[in-house]
Amino acid sequence: MERIPILKMGPFLLVTIQVDLYDRLALDLEQDLVKMVQKTSAKGVLIDISAVSIVDSFMGRIFGNIASMCKLLESETVVVGMQPAIAITLVELGLPLNGVYTALNVERGMALLKSIIKPANDPAQDGPPASYQR
Amino acid sequence: MSVNIALKKRKSEILELWMKNQLADSGLREDLISNDELRAQSEELVNALVDNLNENNINNSDSPDFDKVIELLGGISISRARQGYSPRETGNFILSLKEALLEISKRSSSNVNELFEESMKLSRLLDNFTILTFETFIQGREEIILRQTSEITDISTPVIKVWDGILVLPIIGTLDSARTQVVMENLLQEIVETGSSIAILDISGVPTVDSLVAQHLLKTVSATRLMGADCIISGIRPEIAQTIVHLGIDLSQIITKASLASALQYALKSLKLEVRKVAVFKPE
Repeated sequence: MERIPILKMGPFLLVTIQVDLYDRLALDLEQDLVKMVQKTSAKGVLIDISAVSIVDSFMGRIFGNIASMCKLLESETVVVGMQPAIAITLVELGLPLNGVYTALNVERGMALLKSIIKPANDPAQDGPPASYQR
Repeated sequence: MSVNIALKKRKSEILELWMKNQLADSGLREDLISNDELRAQSEELVNALVDNLNENNINNSDSPDFDKVIELLGGISISRARQGYSPRETGNFILSLKEALLEISKRSSSNVNELFEESMKLSRLLDNFTILTFETFIQGREEIILRQTSEITDISTPVIKVWDGILVLPIIGTLDSARTQVVMENLLQEIVETGSSIAILDISGVPTVDSLVAQHLLKTVSATRLMGADCIISGIRPEIAQTIVHLGIDLSQIITKASLASALQYALKSLKLEVRKVAVFKPE
């Protein structure tokens, strides 16, 4: 059965979705990811959706759910590389994914995660930019 | 003697009469076309019409014999539409040809009944050509309007890169759904291409902000955020601030700045950049 790989990178989990998501796959991902966060006690989750070209309200909700679940497990979620068409669709569907951090690409996403996580470990460091605090 | 043949023989007379009619018309646009050009145009048309006219096709303006005439008329009316002739001036061009043709038929025939028959036919034929001219004229105008509409859409949504990582989108004119769509698409595409992390929407050129416009703005901001960039709205005039609050629109989720300058300052600050005055050393 098809599964989306979840990679561990230090304190973070990296999920790159290379195929178009269908409902079953997304639900599996949600389950696997939450288990993995629990198992590795990851501090951040980075989801790269740059290859996803189709999204519906269900998928939008799944992303929101993943973020909320990870938050409960003490982990932050960053969604990166969203295509313009997907962003417009989500907004038109009324799913602006409030509470999910976003970044333009994986590199920026990693930088963002690090800046969110750091203050917890070392209060002396700069916090995330004001605009990212929600 | 048939009128057609008479017309063929008196081609130059028709042209002269037609030219006289056209020149006598008070609506003649000497500023747009010189007399020589007009004459050349008219002569070509008279030749094409009279040469191809015969007993069989006089009742049928769709006859392939008139292809040349129709092509000429089409070309003339489209070029007139582009030059800015009024419909009346374009109409007079072909209607005065009818006058001339009828006048010449009158001169060349003495039989009243025959003349009446022939005049009716000629008249009908020329009327058809007039309608055709008008259709082409309006079509030409519509093409101009369409082109201008698309030009306005293109011009009115420029995305400007003011700094590495900072985009500015000045919005001028009212934001409706169709325009929001174009603005959003352009902005998001540009964010991807330039890898910018901050977009400034400047609304100093938006005359009024009602709840619908505000909703469109919110949508654009949300979409930008989903892409992983921040969106600042700048250029909010006092009147607009008043309207927004009176309408009960909540813009507290959005970073708003009074002027483009302060938005740019904020953007530079969040990119950890600063603009400084360089100390000037005067030579000794």
